[in-house]
Amino acid sequence: MGKLKARHILGIAHLGMEEISFILDTAVSMKEIMERPIKKVPPLRGKTIVNLFFEPSTRTKLSFELAAKRLSADTVSIAASTSSVVKGETLIDTARNIEAMRPDIIVIRHSMSGAPYMLSRHVGSAIINAGDGTNEHPSQALLDLMTVREHFGRIDGLKVTIIGDIAHSRVAHSDILAFTRMGASVTVCGPATMMPPEPGELGAKVCLDLKDAIRDADVVMALRIQKERLGRLSPFPSEREYADRFGISTAIEPYLKKDVIIMHPGPINRGVELSPEIADGINSVILKQVTNGVAVRMALYTLLLADLQEHG
Amino acid sequence: MELTGERQFLLRGGRIMDPAQDVDFVGDVLVHEDRIEHIASEIDVPPSTKIVELSGKWIVPGLVDMHVHLREPGEEYKETIETGTRAAAAGGFTSVACMPNTCPSNDNSGITRFIIDRAKDSGRCRVFPVAAITVGQDGKGLTEFGDLLSAGAVAFSDDGLPVQNPAVMRLALEYSLNFNALIISHSEELELSKEGCMNEGKMSTRLGLKGIPVAAEEIAIFRDICLAKLTGARLHIAHVSTAGSVEIIRNAKAQGVRVTAETAPHYFSLTEEAVAGYNTFAKMNPPLRTERDRRAIIEGLRDGTIDAIATDHAPHNSLEKECEFQLAANGIIGLETALPLALKVLVNEEGFAPVQVMRLMSSNPASILDIPGGGLRPSGIADITIIDPEEEFTFTRDTIHSKSYNSPFLGLVFRGRAISTLLGGMPVFDANGLFDIGY
Repeated sequence: MGKLKARHILGIAHLGMEEISFILDTAVSMKEIMERPIKKVPPLRGKTIVNLFFEPSTRTKLSFELAAKRLSADTVSIAASTSSVVKGETLIDTARNIEAMRPDIIVIRHSMSGAPYMLSRHVGSAIINAGDGTNEHPSQALLDLMTVREHFGRIDGLKVTIIGDIAHSRVAHSDILAFTRMGASVTVCGPATMMPPEPGELGAKVCLDLKDAIRDADVVMALRIQKERLGRLSPFPSEREYADRFGISTAIEPYLKKDVIIMHPGPINRGVELSPEIADGINSVILKQVTNGVAVRMALYTLLLADLQEHG
Repeated sequence: MELTGERQFLLRGGRIMDPAQDVDFVGDVLVHEDRIEHIASEIDVPPSTKIVELSGKWIVPGLVDMHVHLREPGEEYKETIETGTRAAAAGGFTSVACMPNTCPSNDNSGITRFIIDRAKDSGRCRVFPVAAITVGQDGKGLTEFGDLLSAGAVAFSDDGLPVQNPAVMRLALEYSLNFNALIISHSEELELSKEGCMNEGKMSTRLGLKGIPVAAEEIAIFRDICLAKLTGARLHIAHVSTAGSVEIIRNAKAQGVRVTAETAPHYFSLTEEAVAGYNTFAKMNPPLRTERDRRAIIEGLRDGTIDAIATDHAPHNSLEKECEFQLAANGIIGLETALPLALKVLVNEEGFAPVQVMRLMSSNPASILDIPGGGLRPSGIADITIIDPEEEFTFTRDTIHSKSYNSPFLGLVFRGRAISTLLGGMPVFDANGLFDIGY
């Protein structure tokens, strides 16, 4: 098996096209394991993976855990509420203590951008960023790429439109970087209050008109309106108006391409960013994204640990 | 050097630059006790007089930093008046003005006197306290300006916790007229900068960090300039960082508003790119901006829109800097890199006359604060800095005199620095042993 150049998975910003393709190819063979009646293989037996989640998460944590178990690694998950962080310990100290127990990989989700970068400078284990603040969520972008490639057989040349709170979405950030790196073009749409200051810096075009934004799109991805991130100044007047102006529903369906695929990183606010008909419709690949999430995370573990073994 | 008895020595053959008189020539300076006795192209002295040969070196007024944080009282683990003034002396500064955001804050004459007394006991440079505008820097009630000035305060500022209510700022400016006192504005509209931790723009987009728009600074500067115009009071704008701010100040000066301004060395030498990799040593407030802003700051220094270079020396312990970027404290130390950066960027890269840099770093800040120093005049106080413009050195953690090492310039090789600092004729820093004092 080949190997990854990166020692950590901190963000799509640090992965080249070849590395991404290699991860996706590996994920395809991992997915095959998941289709077997016995979904467990032994390659990571004796390896330890620590999931360090400083933010509440259900599906991402479950996905990382299942991926590890299917490869026979031992996993421990730590939630922030039960960790020493509440006792005032710094992140670096927490990580060094975990490090002292010799895990092979630390998966971290944290509310602050850059936290996994800081850890990677202070501990020796491989780090996987499972979402840091409003920065990146690389494994989500990889599973999105996998889902699109699986459906269209390619990514290059496709038109991808992402709708929602682009400025505060780590999924959007990683997806824009990932899809453009693989040759797709990315348009972002949503309330102007939710656009990043310099979208061009990431490689995305802004289109403030929803109909124009989705007209030619091969992929339409709606982002979750993260109510918990909205803060004191709500960037739009009401959910009703958001659903009306920026939600994907049967009202807007005539403007979608017939063979478009609808994606969503979940969990969905049904009736806000996606109407139930669209979320459950024939163009939706939302549950395939979830399945592929496990495969991509299995691939990341395998490749990172193969690399570690090679380097001793 | 003998520290007792009659002190007299001759600084011979140096390049003498006095921005206060706009002179720049090679000559001698005779120092007697704490005063400059004589300045001329050649001075004859009796053979018993100690002679310090300064061929190729610059003799300039002791530098003046009108914006530092000495952290005492309250945060002595970051810096003390002793370590901070030692860093100042090592950077060529003979006078510093320290901001009031200590613990407790300098909002009463007791704290002002404490700072002045500590500086006299342990200081290696003159320390001029800046007192708070409002009690507890809470933006509400004015402090006792009269009592604070009598105790030795030289200006008023709620640095770091800017006065948000424009009516309170108006009151402060109006009341300052009774004393012709200086109000220093840390100009920031907090509602716009809230939760921001770097410049809003390309880098904040790339790093996924919440940005601080330039408008947060520009709105606040414009507000305070309008209030200065309304009241006729003296206003000084601290740490200007944006192109728009330079333009606003330039226009205000053209209209005759009594406004002066400073910038910090990092705003003319770094941009937001320095934050790459979530570098907390590049986190400060206002944040590092773009190349366009950096250029405008340099032009503002060149045409006199910006009057002074002040370090905003802000020592922090690793506790505040080795952490998540959003949690990291704002600010960097600056006393020991200010002059080397000014020489590197302004003189060597931008072609400023050295005397212009000395004006920005000595005579202008001294006259804005109305404190002694900032010039080289017979019978004037002998606060003198000797600079070797050719000396190369690497700025490293173990060469730092400050108690903290939070600097984005660690590891940088500089050419040109202060090699000796004389405070009232006494050597307080002497890197190369010109005065045999051993430090």
